[in-house]
Amino acid sequence: MKRSIAASLVFLTVLIILGPGIAWAAGGGDVSEIVVVADTRVVKSGILKYFADTYNSNIFVFAIWCVVLTAVYGAILGVVMDLIMSRTGLDLKSRKIVEH
Amino acid sequence: MDALQGSSWLYLYMPIAGIKIFWPGLVLIGFSVGTIGGFFGMGGAWMVTPGLNILGFPMAFAIGTDMAHIAGKSMISTMRHAKFGNVDYRLGFSMLIGTMIGIECGAQLIMYLERLGNVGSVVRWTYVIFLVLIAWMVFYDYFKARKKAKTGQVGEYGATGITWYVKLHKIKIPPMIHFKVAGFTCSLWLPLGVSFVTGALAGFLGIGGGLLRMPALVYLIGCPTHIAVGTDLFEVMLSGLYGAFTYSLKGRIEIVAVFVMLTGAAIGAQIGTVATKYAKGYGIRVAFGIAVVCCMFSVILKEFKFDAIAAVVILGTIGAICLYIMKIMFQGAAQELREKKKAEASLLKV
Repeated sequence: MKRSIAASLVFLTVLIILGPGIAWAAGGGDVSEIVVVADTRVVKSGILKYFADTYNSNIFVFAIWCVVLTAVYGAILGVVMDLIMSRTGLDLKSRKIVEH
Repeated sequence: MDALQGSSWLYLYMPIAGIKIFWPGLVLIGFSVGTIGGFFGMGGAWMVTPGLNILGFPMAFAIGTDMAHIAGKSMISTMRHAKFGNVDYRLGFSMLIGTMIGIECGAQLIMYLERLGNVGSVVRWTYVIFLVLIAWMVFYDYFKARKKAKTGQVGEYGATGITWYVKLHKIKIPPMIHFKVAGFTCSLWLPLGVSFVTGALAGFLGIGGGLLRMPALVYLIGCPTHIAVGTDLFEVMLSGLYGAFTYSLKGRIEIVAVFVMLTGAAIGAQIGTVATKYAKGYGIRVAFGIAVVCCMFSVILKEFKFDAIAAVVILGTIGAICLYIMKIMFQGAAQELREKKKAEASLLKV
């Protein structure tokens, strides 16, 4: 248990230290240094207005929302599509072709 | 697009970027890249970013939005691949460490070179050279395997072309590690070293790395193609989530667009992933090689400022490969269902 906690801590530390480099590399290039402000005057819907406000006032909370919602929505879609695909009658747990 | 301006319901307001976007276009991009990514095991940023740009996204938002979409899409594909048993988590985590350190080194190198002067062209041409090498490797491997098959040199898993991994597996530097899902034992330093090199290259070239990691997993580490696809997607998912976080912090993400694209990607990812069940390993590799060649042409065209033609090449490639994958999936599924029906009918007769 202690070993796995220690390993997780090391992993997280490495992630925090090296993460920006990964994101920079994965992004495909530089992002110009412009300041963007979401125009909340034209947003009517409650949820969209909340996101636009959060973007303007607290970018950290906005970033957390983006990651959490992306992961949750991805997982929900994965489960829903899994349910739909399981009704097609296809065998979705094995494959006949075995090769390198 | 202008002809559609009257149909306002086809346009969705993006609250952060402050622009209206043709949302069926977003669904289509998500669907296509979901299909291709699920089949090849890569994020596909080189396909999404120009597509978003064409729809009217400012470049700054296109990259961040693309990152978040790739993370969500890879999660859906990884879930499906995991059910097929195509994900070796132990290998994925081993490689993640090497990839992270490698990308950081590559990114630091490029920052150092940028301080010395404009390195844009150098990076693009290096990218082209590596794409040429990957394409050569894929096609050489394919023709070598075909030649072997013709002469009857067929092993347990069919004829194989390039087998560099056999020699690399002979390196016995401890600790030795067994990858149960991938089905081989090697020194831990092999996946660490290979992922470090591919990571450093990805960092230097400013790309996600799926294009480099997938062939490296097959030819250098000795992963069966399907496991390489699933394991690579697992890595893309983790790095994509972190990328989404940092780009969100920079304010370069349009979350509404991510959700719309993910909806299309969810369907595409199922098609692409299930298609791997009906495709032979070499079928996947050759299609991957063709995608690499098209990517290479688009980079060359961009280098010479033919941006419009580059976009046409990329979108044309996406369309053609997507149709090819859909054909494999639907033909295979129909065949499987026919066989199942036949088996059930013969059981009833008995």
